Parts: sequence; C-alpha cells; structure tokens
Amino acid sequence: MTRDEIFLKVRDVLVDALAVDDEEVTETASLINDLGAESIDFLDIVFKLEQSFAIKIAQGELFPEGVTQDPKFVKDGIVTADGLVAMKAKLPHVDFSNFESDPRISKVASVFTVATIVKFIEGKLAKR
Amino acid sequence: MRWMWIDRIVELVPRQKMVAIKNVSLAEEHLHDHFAADAKRGLAALPIMPASLILEGTAQTAGILVGHAEEFREKVILAKINRAEIHREATPGTTLRYTATIERMDGAGASTKCVIELFDFAAAAGFVEIGQVEMMFSHLDQNMGGAGKTGEAFPEHNFVFGEGFKTLLRTSGIAVP
Repeated sequence: MTRDEIFLKVRDVLVDALAVDDEEVTETASLINDLGAESIDFLDIVFKLEQSFAIKIAQGELFPEGVTQDPKFVKDGIVTADGLVAMKAKLPHVDFSNFESDPRISKVASVFTVATIVKFIEGKLAKR
Repeated sequence: MRWMWIDRIVELVPRQKMVAIKNVSLAEEHLHDHFAADAKRGLAALPIMPASLILEGTAQTAGILVGHAEEFREKVILAKINRAEIHREATPGTTLRYTATIERMDGAGASTKCVIELFDFAAAAGFVEIGQVEMMFSHLDQNMGGAGKTGEAFPEHNFVFGEGFKTLLRTSGIAVP
C-alpha cells in the first residue's frame, strides 16, 4: 500500500470518528487542536484503524499512556528531559522536534497530527 | 434507584451479544407529556416513546453487555454515540427489542452496535427493525481515575452498576456477581 493510499484510508477513519469534512483532514492537522478529538475519540480511532487496515494496535502503542501524567516526567507543567526520552522511546512514529523547543505539557496535543497516524500505519504494515 | 429503560434481558452471549426488551406502556407518565394535547394549536395528544429514552435503553443494554464481560469490575460509562438512527415511532402497546453486540473491546473500553426493533401487536409483521445505534463505552478507571492517569478521584465502589441493574439481571435469570 502506498503512502497516499494509507493517507486516504486514515482520512476516511478520521472523517468517520470525528465527524469532520474530508478537506479538514490534512497531514499537518492536529487531532485535538484542529479536528476536535477528545479522549474517547482516540479509542474510537484505534478501533477503526484496526478494522480498516486489518491490524492489531496494543493499548498505548499509537497514543501515549501514563507518560504525561507521571510526575517523574512532568515538572511544573513542563516535560522533563527524561520525559522526552520516554515519550520518544514509546512513540517512535511521533515527530517531537518542534515540541522539544517548547516542551510545555499544554503543547503536547499539537504533536499528534494526521501525519503521525499515517507514519504509524506505514510502520505497522511494513512489519507484516 | 436508577431509572431503568429496559424491562428484561432475554438473551446474553457473554462478550458478544445481549438482547433486551422494553414494553412501551400508557401507564408511563412521561408519555402523557410527550406529547400532550395542545388546545391552542388544535393538536390532540400524541403519546410516543421519546427517542432519547430509546437511546438510553440501547445504552443500558450495550453497557450491561460490556460490564458483564469483565464481571462488572469496570465502571462502564457511555462515552460517545457515533451514530444513531431511529426512523419510526414507538407507541403505547408496542414492544421494543434492543440487540447489542460488541464490535471491539480492550482494556480501555468497547465499541458497540445496537439494533432497535419494534413489535406491534396489531400488525402481523413480527419484530421490525426501526433503527441502529453505534456507541463507545469507556472503562472509567482505565482512562480517568487511578495512578498514572489523569488523577481524577472516583469512588471505589462500582456506582455504575447499582441496585437497579442487579435487580434487572436477577429478574432476567442472570447471575449477579
């Protein structure tokens, strides 16, 4: 499956799960800030991706669990160096380069974009 | 006691499917307000089961199915209605049948589908499908409460599955944990 084909299927999943229009789903759109995703939507998206691509996604594999709430990794609302290392290790498909310069926890939502999902799916399909 | 919007569970296949019925009765007070006669507009009373309460019934059906899968250890809450369609009214004297199935489930929650059917005793058609609902349920403690989550504090006891649910399970012949 080409990257474009993956993108189109991811777009269909997001249009369905988040009730957004096709044109709103761009590569750089943030799931939370631009497409209005809330916590339960992430579970919905994971289930729909599994169905659409016939893959299994473990809990916490696509979206983080625990890291941003762990006091070891977040101090005074800022993700620590250890926190960044942990997040990168857990989420290799996420691009943290912009976030690193301003690692406020309130900004973490911006790193989860449509491209994040496309890259994740590419990785999953390559391993099959 | 919680307000139950299903009368009986008639079939349960653990982790897969649950079927429940709701008898619509003119003795239910809300039907007299939904909709009452409006003399000013010259409208006669029109008692019909509110669609919102049909949705609540489907949510209770699917929610019990999801809760039963983990022996009611999880606090199962309705988190999202992805899609809901009801295209016929349920009037007093009819019976609604909700068939809920689990589409996908993991530790965080479940995705479910529920088919709504109507039995009209005055018609010979048997149960006729009148709608469908797709819903997501969240395991509250796995997503919000507890260590390593958002730190929200929820009561230890399972306040979701209270006495009303237990009575319904028992009167439907299903073992109460």
